[in-house]
Amino acid sequence: MTRNAKLMQGNEACTIGALAAGLEFYAGYPITPSTEIAELCAEELPKVGGKFIQMEDEIGSIAACIGASLAGKKAMTATSGPGFSLMQECLGYASLTEVPLVIIDVQRMGPSTGMPTSPAQADLMQARWGTHGDHPVIVLAPGNVKECFELTFKAFDIAETYRVPVIVLTDEIIGHMREKVILPDPAGLKPLRRAAPASPAGYKPYAADPDGGVPLMAPFGEGYRWHVTGLFHDESGRPSGKSEVADKLMRRLARKVEKAAPLIEEHFEESLEDAEIVVVSFGSSAMSSLSAVRRARREGVKAGMLRLKTMWPFPDELVARAASRARRVIVPEMNLGQLALEVERAGCGGAPVTRLGKVNGELFRPEEVYASIMEAVK
Amino acid sequence: MSSTLSYFRQENLPHIWCPGCGHGTVTGSLIRAIQRLDLDKNKVCIVSGIGCSSRAVGYLDFDTLHTAHGRALAFATGIKLARPELKVIVMTGDGDCTAIGGNHFIHAARRNIDITTIVMNNNIYGMTSGQYSPMTPKGMYGTTAPYGNLERSFDLCELAKAAGATYVARATSYHVPLLIDLIEAALQNKGFSMVEAIVQCPTYFGRKNKVGGPVEMLNWIKDGVVNVKAAASLPPEKVAGKKLIGELHNAPASEYTADYDELIAKVQRTYEGFQGGLYGCASNSD
Amino acid sequence: MSDQPKKTYILIVRERYCKGCTICVTFCPKHVLSLRGGKVWAEHPELCIGCKMCELRCPDFAIEVHEKGEELGSGVDDMDLDLPPEALHD
Repeated sequence: MTRNAKLMQGNEACTIGALAAGLEFYAGYPITPSTEIAELCAEELPKVGGKFIQMEDEIGSIAACIGASLAGKKAMTATSGPGFSLMQECLGYASLTEVPLVIIDVQRMGPSTGMPTSPAQADLMQARWGTHGDHPVIVLAPGNVKECFELTFKAFDIAETYRVPVIVLTDEIIGHMREKVILPDPAGLKPLRRAAPASPAGYKPYAADPDGGVPLMAPFGEGYRWHVTGLFHDESGRPSGKSEVADKLMRRLARKVEKAAPLIEEHFEESLEDAEIVVVSFGSSAMSSLSAVRRARREGVKAGMLRLKTMWPFPDELVARAASRARRVIVPEMNLGQLALEVERAGCGGAPVTRLGKVNGELFRPEEVYASIMEAVK
Repeated sequence: MSSTLSYFRQENLPHIWCPGCGHGTVTGSLIRAIQRLDLDKNKVCIVSGIGCSSRAVGYLDFDTLHTAHGRALAFATGIKLARPELKVIVMTGDGDCTAIGGNHFIHAARRNIDITTIVMNNNIYGMTSGQYSPMTPKGMYGTTAPYGNLERSFDLCELAKAAGATYVARATSYHVPLLIDLIEAALQNKGFSMVEAIVQCPTYFGRKNKVGGPVEMLNWIKDGVVNVKAAASLPPEKVAGKKLIGELHNAPASEYTADYDELIAKVQRTYEGFQGGLYGCASNSD
Repeated sequence: MSDQPKKTYILIVRERYCKGCTICVTFCPKHVLSLRGGKVWAEHPELCIGCKMCELRCPDFAIEVHEKGEELGSGVDDMDLDLPPEALHD
């Protein structure tokens, strides 16, 4: 069968990717610019025997998804800034109780109601630190429509493998733009499923190797009769206030993500080998940046592009290596320097970092990034 | 162990509730109702929020979920819709259910999703030691109502009925046989059922309002209610100011998850020869 | 009065669970129970009429009523008896 190209919207590609990964449950609440995801799930899930529900708010949405995931189903929700803020407490709940879950945050200009139909990337820190307390979370950032499919699919694999909430961080541009895409044949895809115990005998829901081990996960309703609580808990899932229990759980959860980092890290790079001016970006800002880098290269400037696709855990070594020969690092992003903070922390061989923040609700034009590159050449 | 105790995680007993707290009585009543119906322990999920009453699920030998404050019904909706064959029960308190959880409560009732909700109403926030709640009677005291509560409280049964619940009942931790009967009936209702159990909190409500200890509080609760069947034939002054106990609303209606399964069957028939999967849905979605 | 022999009951008390809240003691219609050392104690088991209100009302599942002769094993299995300081009043 010739794999036919399709003109597809980013939000649609996220949904198709989720369906290809075996999505069985979607609970959400309408919010621009993510609503197309909910609409398509409402249409597609019944066809595959899946369930869709529009809850009364975003808190109910993520709570229902966690319930469905505990019942053994692959679950997802999608939202934008204001809804993502409402979801934070339960996101932390899913982190501590280690419930697989995928959340798509289609960023829009904030804070507050902001500019609902305008793009932004200012939820980056919120995606990592939005909920209270140290907690494991993994954040992927598609840079085009095809990656909406690929990274949403991958988000489910990661969530199922590591029993962790995974956030797919897109923005209004990536979510709403349409591109020609050729998607893989679903028959060839092997979505992963959480490792389950063989039998209820002696099942300990949170027993795992302290060095980042992932416990086996039993679905509700199959005779395991296990307990899930948002309180710190011991290996049998029983609430515990013991300090050593807390310390052990906290460090195992953190270590889980540390160990996953090198295995899931993904990025796009171009002409970095001899790059003296390195542009580091993600999502839609990276589209304009790449265009600017290529223009500068054509004019003989040693510019290079690094586009991150795994935002958290942050790829420190990758950024440090990419910028090790740089005289200047430029970080174009639609916020006031959230990615730049991490890039500076990762260290760029001492190269100064230009925070190229755009916060007027518009996408970067390539010439804006180009001007910053040429500025650095002087 | 008695057949009742076989439904408990005995390694976790004795429980944390204060001496004479009514939550234990309601938990025991739920278990006795489950026992009567001989429900399969492996197919029951009990979900709770946050608060004294919500600690109940940790002691019960089922698939149990102790969620975030006020969100039990939303988590439970996810479980029930994902796996309609499971019997889903929510144990919640007056604060957890009617304050922070009020939005999820009225919407779960509106949907008439088959979840049995036991609201253990002690008219106070016990876990955080004695603040007033949406169910604290006007004029009574809490640590955050030191001069008397100004707010009027919900009639939780009227609220549930108005929101769409198809089974609504009220009892107390004094009227235990009635409570067990009502929970049993609620568990059998194919739709959203709510049983409000008025219970005593001697440690905070009893002391703060000078009602007294467990025994005095039970008498105070007993005097504050009247059975709905008896009320009909009692002179008005005997009923005035008293809460009705018993079965207050029972009007079965089509159940949310059953309707959704019908929808799936209809949709899948419409797309005859539909093989699902990527291209199956992609081509259909244009 | 029917000539049927008067039924007698035994009361199982799980002292480890009992918190001495006195609900059962106060509301027992036949004043069978009393407090001893902060725990419930069946002072007059012979007066028990088997109404089980103590068992149903107990917030701590600390008391249980069984008709004498009722095969203990059926209602109460051995797990219960080896709970430390259990008082078996009959």
